[in-house]
This record gives sequence, C-alpha cells and structure tokens, in this order.
Amino acid sequence: MYAQLVKSEGSKSRDEMTPEEIAFQERIDRGEKIEPKEWMPEGYRKTLIRQIGQHAHSEIVGQLPEGNWITRAPTLERKAILLAKVQDEAGHGLYLYCAAETLGVSRDELLEKLHSGNMKYSSIFNYPTLTWADMGAVGWLVDGAAIMNQVPLQRTSYGPYSRAMIRICKEESFHQRQGYDIMMKMCSGTPEQKAMAQDAMNRFWYPALMMFGPSDKDSVHSAQSMAWKIKINTNDELRQKFVDQTVPQAEYLGLTIPDPDLKWNEEKGGYDFSEPDWSEFFAVIAGNGPCNEERLGARVKAWEDGAWFRDGLMAHATKAEERRRSARHAAE
Amino acid sequence: MPSLPDMTTPNLSELAGKALAESGHVTVPAPDAGQEQFSEWLQRMGDNALILGHRASEWCGHAPALEEDIALANQALDLIGQCQLWLGLAAEVEAKGGDADRLAYLRDAGAFRNLLLVELPNGDFGMTLMRQFLFDAFHHTLLLALKTSSDSRVADIAAKAEKEVAYHLERSADLVIRLGDGTAESHNRMQAALTKLWSYTGEMFADDAVDQAMADAGIAPLPSTLKAAWEKTVTAVLDEATLVPPASAWQHGITGSGGGKKGVHTEHLGYILAEMQFLQRAYPGARW
Repeated sequence: MYAQLVKSEGSKSRDEMTPEEIAFQERIDRGEKIEPKEWMPEGYRKTLIRQIGQHAHSEIVGQLPEGNWITRAPTLERKAILLAKVQDEAGHGLYLYCAAETLGVSRDELLEKLHSGNMKYSSIFNYPTLTWADMGAVGWLVDGAAIMNQVPLQRTSYGPYSRAMIRICKEESFHQRQGYDIMMKMCSGTPEQKAMAQDAMNRFWYPALMMFGPSDKDSVHSAQSMAWKIKINTNDELRQKFVDQTVPQAEYLGLTIPDPDLKWNEEKGGYDFSEPDWSEFFAVIAGNGPCNEERLGARVKAWEDGAWFRDGLMAHATKAEERRRSARHAAE
Repeated sequence: MPSLPDMTTPNLSELAGKALAESGHVTVPAPDAGQEQFSEWLQRMGDNALILGHRASEWCGHAPALEEDIALANQALDLIGQCQLWLGLAAEVEAKGGDADRLAYLRDAGAFRNLLLVELPNGDFGMTLMRQFLFDAFHHTLLLALKTSSDSRVADIAAKAEKEVAYHLERSADLVIRLGDGTAESHNRMQAALTKLWSYTGEMFADDAVDQAMADAGIAPLPSTLKAAWEKTVTAVLDEATLVPPASAWQHGITGSGGGKKGVHTEHLGYILAEMQFLQRAYPGARW
C-alpha cells in the first residue's frame, strides 16, 4: 500500500448533505464511476489528490531503494529484470500523476509539495536496501503488500484512478513474482545466500506490515474514504490478509518470520501476529527513518540539477514556435 | 506449494523447476576454435553495450524529468540486452566454457575491450546526452552495416539491435538540438560536453589487425569506412544545435597512448567493475 494516513475531507451525515451531494453518493453506492469533468464534492477531489499524489510520489521515490542495486546486480539477466522493474515504477508514477492532473492539479505542483515535505510517500521506502536479498524481499513483501491494497482499488469510484490501478496491478504482480524468484534462488543457494535472505526477511517484515497504515481503531480518516469508495478495505483487514498469504510462502522458502507470537488461530481462520512498532512508523513518517534524508534529498537534487534541462527544452519549444510563425508570415 | 496473488504469470512450480534445473549443470557451448579475433571483436561490441548500459542505468531515479528516467532505463535495458547477445556469442566462439555472465563478471579491466568514450563518468545530464549522441551515431551506422555480415549470427543480432539504436539516435539527436539551441545555460553545457568528449571520438574509427581480419572475412566493416556517414549525421545535428566541435586534433587512444580496444582504459573502468562484479567476486560460484 503506497498511501498511508491520507487525510479525508468532510465527513457528513446524510442530513447534512446538499441534494447534489446526495445524488453523488447515490451514484457511488450504485457502483458508477466518477469521471473527470463531472461534478464532485470538493472534499472528494481533495482527498483523491492527496491519495493519488502520495501514491505517485511513492512510485518515484520507490525507484531509489531498488535503483541502488541495478549497477551491482549479480547477473546480466537479473540486471535486465531489475531495470525493467524500476522502469515500471517510474511508469506507474507517470500514470498516477496523469490521473491526478484530471483533478486539476499539475505534476509540478505535486512535486513541489513532495520536495517541500508537504506531501508524503510510503514509509517503506525510507528503509535501506543492504544486500541483494533485499531486492527479493522488496519484490516479494513490499510489492506483495502493495498489491494487497491495489487489487481492490481497481474498483475505486474515480474512473482514471481505477483504470491506472488495473494497469499497475498487472505489472506489480509480475514484480512480486520476480522478488519471490530471487528469494527462491537465495534460499536454495549457499549458506551465505540463505543468511542474506533471512536477514532481509527480518528487516522488511515489520516495515511491510506498516505499509497498511495504523490499526483501524486509530485511523481517523477511513470512514469517509470508504463511503466514497476511495478506500475499499480497512487497514486491519488488508494486513491480516497479507499475513495469511505470506506465512505459507515464507515456510516454503524455509524462512522464519521474525515474530515469536505468530500462530494459526483456527477460530478466526487466520494467523495471530504481533503488531509492528507504531512509534517507529510515526517516527519514519515524521522524517526520522534511516533513509528519509537520502531519499528526499536525491529527489530534490534530481529536480534542481535538472532545472537547466527542462528550461532549455521549454526555451527551444518557444523559439521553434516563433520561427514557424515568422515563416508563415513570410509565406503570406 | 503456497500461491501468490491473482493475475500472476508462470506458476511457482514451473519457476522452482527451472531454478532446480539451472542449479544442476552448466551448458557448454559447441567449440568454435581458431576464432580468437572474432571473439575479440565480439567482446568489443558487447563491452561497449555493457559499459554504456551501466552508465545509463546510474541515472535511474535521478534524471531531470520522469520521462527521462523512463527513457534512460529503457535505453540501458536495450544495451544490456544487446550485451547479452554479443557476449553470449563471444563466449560460444571462444569455447572456453561459461557464458556472457562469465565475460561480464569475471574479466578484469585489462580484458575489457570497450571504447574509452563509454566508460567516462556521466557528468551532468548534458554530458550524458552528448556522449550518447556521439556513440549512437557511430553505433547505428555500424549496426546497419552489420545487418549484411557474412556471419548470420552477427547479422541477426545487428538486425535486432539496429531497430533499438535507431530510436536511441533519434532521441539523443533531438535532445542535443533542443538543448544546444535552448537557453544560454543549456547551450553552454552542451558545448562544454562536446568540447570534452570530442577527443574520445577518434577511437571509434581507428582500424587495427582485428578489424582488418573481420573486414577480410566479411564479418564487419572496417571502422574507418564508417567515419564519413558518422560525420554527416553529427555535423547536421551539431549545426542545427548551434554547437561547434573543438579545433584540437588530439584523440585519446590514437594520438595519445592506450585505448579501450587494446585494453588500456581510463581509471574509471576499474570502479565500474568493482561495483558491477562485486557479488560474483565476493561469493565465487554462487548462483543468483
């Protein structure tokens, strides 16, 4: 899940709604898609911009932890796969910024908010990638957790977001598969490789659980977003589903999940598991994770260093347009 | 066997089977002895693609616009793919066992045969683009000629690579023009890049004994015969970009000593390899 703690605007009871708002809610309740030029409550628009923007930022910041290993990938094939995967993430960023643009906010405005710290990206990308096994763990656990949230979002009420999600989910499931494939290779490899895989599991397990956001009881913005079908499942539902799916995958790899209290609960038909350390989560969100400075710093640097490039292209476009105009004049 | 979420590609049992089969044995290609020069030439092709692909991939996540991130990753991906084909064939021809990975990951710098141009540090985005353009214009001309190579394996690889590189050239030429004729700053940066890189272009067209042997066998054109077409493309683009090559005739690897084709590189290649080969060197024999 790449959107956490998205603040939702204006939670109203039906009595407080205007006739327009009631009609809008009814459309959503009937499962209709809302399209860009149609009327929508301001709160719906703003909440969506926050959520889609945060998701887009997560995709582009998310290039960095994996980009960290492209030049060190251990075989040419692994290098090609990782490059393709990271390129997909940039592509996801592009679809999502485009989806956000349909709501009346430009990509540059959103980037400005990212760079100034006024918009967030997923906490997970503030953790370091220390060994090659982390490429496996990120694909398997991080993309796995992302898919868990994004599959239901294919049915979200806003048309452009839903369509972007359909495309993104296809690629993400491929990413998860390549991550698991790396883990399989590591777990059937040398003792050092297996140790790297377990170490990656130990470091990424709880941060992956945090990706779903705080527990429902502490999540203040869920209700309105769920009524608008911007959010489809609760954080706890998705986290439970993720754990239930991941435990047998870890067992197959022969890896130990770093949670002594993890056990099957026959009655609920799912695993009982320990909560992540939420104080760590809030610290990372607040900017104190191990890589916050590097990640945001790298994005700001790329943007600032690239200013001359973008300005150069704009200046050329203006010149070329003027030349075309004067050529037309001369011809007349 | 646990299952992964929906919308998946091949299933896990297939992947597990594949991993198992791979860990079992190494395929030894059929020997194609007495072709040392051919293998040497193939390594030049593969190493140019590998090292330039490596440099392009360093931009991943750091480019000046999202579209550039995507384009550079795509270009790096094309080049790594081409490198796999050239080095794969080199390993087959060399017949010492092993594959493209052995050549990429287990040779030291002195055995690399890439041009000095492609191993230079990226510099600013203008330097990266200018290098790409100067190389693309050469690379494309070369691949066009290789499509009619007397060796069908070479012709097949060239046919595939030429389509990709035609696009690389279209893109890099377009950006060189727009930035050369953009703002004063973009112009100055592109001019500085051209001035620095120009002395690394001569090496592309210098013939040696290996090139002569390839030309005699009809496998590849003599590099010197490609220069006129390269100059035509480069001059047209630089003119439109309002950029001027420096007057100095100094050329690294030609008038100067050393040269990538001889295996005498800049200091930069060692660092590229230290990074690229780290896992293969630190964990010899491990499979990834």
